[in-house]
Amino acid sequence: MRGASVSDTSGITRRSGLRALAFGFTGAQATALIILVAAIILGPAVLYPVFLMKVLCFALFASAFNLLPGYVGLLSFGHAAYFGMGSYLAAWTAKYWGIDAEIAILIGGAAAGALGLVFGWLAIRRQGIYFAMITLALAEMVYFFCTEASFTGGEDGIQQVPRARLLGMFSMQADMSLYWLVAFVFLVGFLLIHRIIHSPFGLVLQAIRENEPRAVSLGYRVDQYKLLAFVLSAALAGIAGATKSQVFGIATLTDVHSSMSGEVVLITLIGGIGTVFGPAVGALLFGALETYLAPFGDWVTVTQGAIFVACVLAFRRGLIGELAARLRLSL
Amino acid sequence: MSEPILQTTGLTKEFRGFVAVNGVDLSVDSGTIHALIGPNGAGKTTCFNLLTKFLPPTRGTIRFKGRDITGLKPADVARLGLVRSFQISAVFAHLTALQNVRVALQRERGGSFDFWRSDTVLDRYNGRALDLLDQVGLHEFADVPAGQLAYGRKRALEIATTLALDPEMLLLDEPTAGMAHADVDRIVALVSRIRQGRTILMVEHNLSVVEGLCDRITVLTRGRVLAEGDYATVSRNPDVIAAYLGSEAGDAAHA
Ligand SMILES: Nc1ncnc2c1ncn2[C@@H]1O[C@H](COP(=O)(O)OP(=O)(O)OP(=O)(O)O)[C@@H](O)[C@H]1O
Ligand SMILES: [Mg+2]
Repeated sequence: MRGASVSDTSGITRRSGLRALAFGFTGAQATALIILVAAIILGPAVLYPVFLMKVLCFALFASAFNLLPGYVGLLSFGHAAYFGMGSYLAAWTAKYWGIDAEIAILIGGAAAGALGLVFGWLAIRRQGIYFAMITLALAEMVYFFCTEASFTGGEDGIQQVPRARLLGMFSMQADMSLYWLVAFVFLVGFLLIHRIIHSPFGLVLQAIRENEPRAVSLGYRVDQYKLLAFVLSAALAGIAGATKSQVFGIATLTDVHSSMSGEVVLITLIGGIGTVFGPAVGALLFGALETYLAPFGDWVTVTQGAIFVACVLAFRRGLIGELAARLRLSL
Repeated sequence: MSEPILQTTGLTKEFRGFVAVNGVDLSVDSGTIHALIGPNGAGKTTCFNLLTKFLPPTRGTIRFKGRDITGLKPADVARLGLVRSFQISAVFAHLTALQNVRVALQRERGGSFDFWRSDTVLDRYNGRALDLLDQVGLHEFADVPAGQLAYGRKRALEIATTLALDPEMLLLDEPTAGMAHADVDRIVALVSRIRQGRTILMVEHNLSVVEGLCDRITVLTRGRVLAEGDYATVSRNPDVIAAYLGSEAGDAAHA
């Protein structure tokens, strides 16, 4: 029995002490984090910074999304609404108010969080597929709103958004300057998500995911936990969208389209739902396929589709999920 | 003995015309162990669902500690100190046994909405969690994911988790079902140990467990109360014998 190895309190406390030192990461997770940080630092030497920034934005988006299906057991089909809202608001404020990059990104996150508060409040009343359908329907409404509203620029979107300064001092014109900002935003978001999962709050979320009636019977008002998780997920998705609009200088209907909602589900599925590192790995794979298959035109979609089907068939738990299961680790 | 801690009047639940619980007046005295027995499909679990507000009653009222709880939400009923277990074992499968108990212990912190704090703050509950696991014989399984435990141990873990809330009243739905003999004995010993200062209402098919533990027994058939009294009275009641022989011969024989 594995459990036999821990037979006294001190063993458990000691191990937790180590975990506290490593920001709550287990040994394997700490190793994975070091690899991730190294990849972020060394990446620009090998790959285009713009490509990497896009991957980082999607990695944050997928990590934020993963919070719901992975740790609360709620499947949202409408996360493009929050990503897109973050993107539009950051682009608009950066362009017309000329505010700093960090403020624009925070505004994008706050707007998406507020939207998540309203939509989450509506959606958590239902469970399973009904929950998913409500999130999808609400996101469709947001898409429709964005096609009609004047501030979004309709089909054109908000174009030529200047790269705002950071803290009013640092120019973000050079790709590499912006890259460090994006890397910073990603890492902070990623660590926050990890912390949420491994907080007292996160433990309650996982209890709800595992057995909602049981969590209720222990006196947890589960709707409040679901709602807070929804808001956090939406806000972080908004921050990802806002950062993306800073990278490319545009916010368009693509950002709020339902295919964006589908994409984030796929990325997370490929990487591994309910794993800390899966969504980031999924985003890298997804971005690489999209970029490096681009020369093949229409065949991109078909090839991508085929690779995804193969992946999901071969690795039902996703790449990282499968790896973690093989190694008997939590990643 | 004393006055009722839990009292229902005319408690009724209809499922699309089918009456699962029919005008039940149940009164559980404070400090007693009260059994709810009856053949399969009698409405025992439905009763539990009504008492803990997992289902809204069609008619009737529920009073707990003198307070009308008919309109409350299930989580709030639990917060008042009326905590249930489930017939099908309800553990948090991917959490370790220790974490399972801690989720309940952590309730005393209040809401636990602090998502920015490390879960190492929960380590202060480890001692009590291990103690509770010890009480149900699961000490050495503290680090095993609950889903990997054998069935009887899952049930034991569930009881430890329920006890972690230190509830005034426990509703146990077939706590010994599917357990091996030794495990049943352990649970019986545990229940008689924890009854101090608590009230327990339990559904139990194993009549020897009922005989050994319970002060009072309510027999339910087809949603109605058929008989009530202590074990000697109820077991001699011809209606009860007929009901058990009629629909659930196997159960009575095995008991
Ligand atoms: N949600 C529901 N919808 C419709 N019918 C239900 C529902 N829940 C229970 N029933 C029916 O109500 C009746 C009583 O069920 P209940 O589970 O309360 O019985 P029980 O006494 O706990 O039986 P057992 O000893 O088998 O656990 C059964 O006929 C069952 O089919
Ligand atoms: Mg039952």
